[in-house]
Amino acid sequence: MRLKFPGSLIGGLLLGAVTFAVLSCAPDENKIRVGVFNSLTGLTATFGISSSQGIQMAADEWNARGGLLGKQIELIIEDDQSKPEEAALAVSKLINQNRVVAILGEVASSRTLAGAPIAQKAGVPLITPASTNPKVTQVGDFIFRVCYTDSFQGVVCARFAAQNLGLKRLAVLTDVKNDYSIGLAEYFKGEALALGAEIVSEESYSEGDTDFRAQITTIKAADPQAIFIPGYYTEAGLIAKQVQEQNMNVVLIGGDGWDSPRTVEIGGEAVEGSFFCNHYSAEDTSHLVRTFVDKYSKQYGNIPDAMAPLSYDAANLLFDAIARAGSAEGAKIRDAIAQTRDFPGVCGTVTIDAERNARKAAVMLQIEGGKLKVYDVIQP
Amino acid sequence: MSQFLQQLVNGVSLGAIYSLIALGYTMVYGILRLINFAHGDVYMVGAFIGFYVGRLFHFGSGESAWGMPFLAAMAGSMVVCAALGFVIERAAYHPLRKAPRLTALITAIGISLLLENLGQLVFGADPKDFPPLIPRASYTVGAVVFSNIQIIVIVTSVVLMLALQLIVHRTRMGTAMRAVSFSHDASGLMGININRVISFTFVLGSALAAAAGILVGLYNPKIDPLMGIMPGLKAFVAAVLGGIGNIPGAILGGLIMGVAETLTVGYLSSTYRDAITFVILVAVLIFRPTGILGKPEREKF
Amino acid sequence: MKLTGSIRTLAVALLYLVVLAVLGKTVVPAIGAYYTQILIFIGINITLAVSLNLILGFAGQFSLGHAGFMALGAYTASGLSVYLLEPMIASLPAGAASLAGESAALALALFGGGVAAAIAGVLVGIPTLRLRGDYLAIATLGMGEIIRVIILNADFVGGARGFTDIPAWTSFTWVFLVAGACVLVVRNLIRSTIGRAIIAVREDEDAAAAMGIDTTRYKVLAFIIGAFFAGAAGGLQAHYLQYLHTNSFTFLRSVEILVFVILGGGGSITGSIIAAATLTILPEVLRVAQSWRMVIYSALLVVMMLTRPQGLMGGREFRWNWLIPGKKA
Repeated sequence: MRLKFPGSLIGGLLLGAVTFAVLSCAPDENKIRVGVFNSLTGLTATFGISSSQGIQMAADEWNARGGLLGKQIELIIEDDQSKPEEAALAVSKLINQNRVVAILGEVASSRTLAGAPIAQKAGVPLITPASTNPKVTQVGDFIFRVCYTDSFQGVVCARFAAQNLGLKRLAVLTDVKNDYSIGLAEYFKGEALALGAEIVSEESYSEGDTDFRAQITTIKAADPQAIFIPGYYTEAGLIAKQVQEQNMNVVLIGGDGWDSPRTVEIGGEAVEGSFFCNHYSAEDTSHLVRTFVDKYSKQYGNIPDAMAPLSYDAANLLFDAIARAGSAEGAKIRDAIAQTRDFPGVCGTVTIDAERNARKAAVMLQIEGGKLKVYDVIQP
Repeated sequence: MSQFLQQLVNGVSLGAIYSLIALGYTMVYGILRLINFAHGDVYMVGAFIGFYVGRLFHFGSGESAWGMPFLAAMAGSMVVCAALGFVIERAAYHPLRKAPRLTALITAIGISLLLENLGQLVFGADPKDFPPLIPRASYTVGAVVFSNIQIIVIVTSVVLMLALQLIVHRTRMGTAMRAVSFSHDASGLMGININRVISFTFVLGSALAAAAGILVGLYNPKIDPLMGIMPGLKAFVAAVLGGIGNIPGAILGGLIMGVAETLTVGYLSSTYRDAITFVILVAVLIFRPTGILGKPEREKF
Repeated sequence: MKLTGSIRTLAVALLYLVVLAVLGKTVVPAIGAYYTQILIFIGINITLAVSLNLILGFAGQFSLGHAGFMALGAYTASGLSVYLLEPMIASLPAGAASLAGESAALALALFGGGVAAAIAGVLVGIPTLRLRGDYLAIATLGMGEIIRVIILNADFVGGARGFTDIPAWTSFTWVFLVAGACVLVVRNLIRSTIGRAIIAVREDEDAAAAMGIDTTRYKVLAFIIGAFFAGAAGGLQAHYLQYLHTNSFTFLRSVEILVFVILGGGGSITGSIIAAATLTILPEVLRVAQSWRMVIYSALLVVMMLTRPQGLMGGREFRWNWLIPGKKA
């Protein structure tokens, strides 16, 4: 009895190890392996799903046209469950186990920041479609983005609030659990103060919280005209509802983290009339946007939010760079990406600058009748 | 001042929910000396059952007979969770009645994890929106705004707590419960069916947790399978704070926890929201382990 | 010739080091990064399991806050590395010098992490001393969470956003060095008079006190040593993943470690080792049933408690005796 138990256990272990060694396949050398890490589940699931679908569309199009460097593109998509520690693990896995030549991801700055240093150390180029925190591309020369940064977005939002809407008493409700929110809030506050507005109240919450009444009550006591909520859509929707509950007469303003069909689903009536800054509008009449929106809605059944076309652009830019580099080597791909000029994207033309960022326009949207309407377009 | 009053209102609403959950913990501990870790997850199941039942009855924006969907969700959820509590007790805790308490505690942790992960599998890991079973309205009294949901939360909790007090003090089963929590052997000798009493306690506690789940669903419409972990812990601390095994203590503890948490978030910072719970816990355990209303007990057996 | 106890231990330890060095140079590079990762996690989990076993299995203190010690060790080690050690060794030339520098730096970082965790062990141990059973469990759970929240609010280590860009100094050799040290220390401790006192405290605290044993001292000692190794394990994990977030150190992590100890059997070092190894490999093998993994884990825990609460080894150790023919086990 004493021997049998450990014995069978060791036997089982060996069997398991062998089985699984057999089952896990070696990376396919006949494909260009591109890694994707996104939040397919969790608090910001719509970001990940939307982004992955955009990337998939791009990969399918390239593969239909004959692939890349004569080989088919293989996307390996990892779910980080909207958690930064999982994002780090996912990037490690993509690099070490799947041995991808490049990585696309993530939408959320915190998670990109978790995975980027790993990619940088390993010399694997990484393009983020929608992470706006400036620190992301500062990680190293292998890290790029195709969207604007929060230093621009924060200023846009502040100018919008203080100048366009003429509101001087502003409150800020930041999500302290993620870099995006903290960074965006800082830039907003800086510009708002420079424009002569007053930040009457600053409160915080954590991603995942469901009860914001305490913070809202404190904000209400300071009597603001607008509340800037630079967080993600789930909390934004819930906050809006609780603000409405308190009978507050304020304008709600958000950043691109609000861009999800869930914002209206969760916030309902409470987000009517609110504004948020985004990367594109699905109503744009330009040819590129219409083609993309039509194809996407036909394939996936819903109007794409900004994460999809941004990811589509990022993927296309990456594939184009690999083609220009003529090789699947990290350093060569990196150089090709860095040299990208005037790349035609659905969300605008992309030119990668010396800081590995892109200069893009911002679109200020307003929620009207449950739909997103363009209020203004602001050039960099 | 009005801000403080408003925060109090927020805190009391939150506290009422904690009290409902804490009652389950305190009753089970009083009877079995067991911390039922799975209790917070029963609350989660309650919220989800309410979600599904509510969706059945709820069409559109909730204009229809406004009591109905809410009451149906409550009833359905309380019944299902009561059954769940019964099953858990029978399957996992009953066989370990004579085992060391640590074994039962670990089993409770196991059941808790099981419910959470099964929940993620069955309900899906992504958060869901609890249907607005009651159309929202706000009432202003002076400088304080009450949302009708807050009022419903407080009123429902009070009603349920009164019902519980009635059961515990005015029925035979209630007397039996109090007897068993005093001494298993003596009650057994008096002819009380201990197993029946214990099962009833679990059923009662679980039903209350289910009600709390529904109320939370209405209050903060986002529910997910892991929503029971933190409130469960907080409610347990509330029970300890009030004096574990003591029913009015659980109610008091819950209210204090709710207000403390709200004031901490409102006046300090939201990052300390969960910390305040554990600070209170450690302080209570070090300075007054029997809680505010608890009787000093010699822990030497 | 019969080797005396301590010489035999020394010989085994030296043999272990040699085997480790050989494996590290030959097998590990050959099997690839993915399998190495699994081995590294096995080593980290063994350290965690054995250190918790000292507190829980041998000293009988139901501690549910082990992840807190791990977190403290991880963050302290990383803080030391990033702010102090990395800049110090950056000036070393590449090659043997920098490798040696890295090893020394890691050793210092891990030690620092361990010490920080050990101090926390004292701070946790002393107030919770007079608590028993469930209350102790909840108190340690609370302490673990308080540690986590304190770290969450410490912006200089990333706070709520996480600590990035930790140097990747952990290697297979290092992980098993620490694991080996942990096993050695715990084993020797248990076999000594101190160990007997600790076990006496577990068996019946009042009787032990009546026998003149300073139960306070021994309980705190168990906490200190257990916490130290948990902190070191945390440091190893941090320098492997290169990223830290307090989300990885919640109560759930404490429970995971608890499962290792319970499954292996409290009071059995071998049990903890086997359980930690098995439960690290199992999720990888079951990757196809990924979503069911945690369900199976928790069901396993419940079933174990109902059928075999003493765990796999039932508190007994693996003896080499059965290898020798004729000798009674």
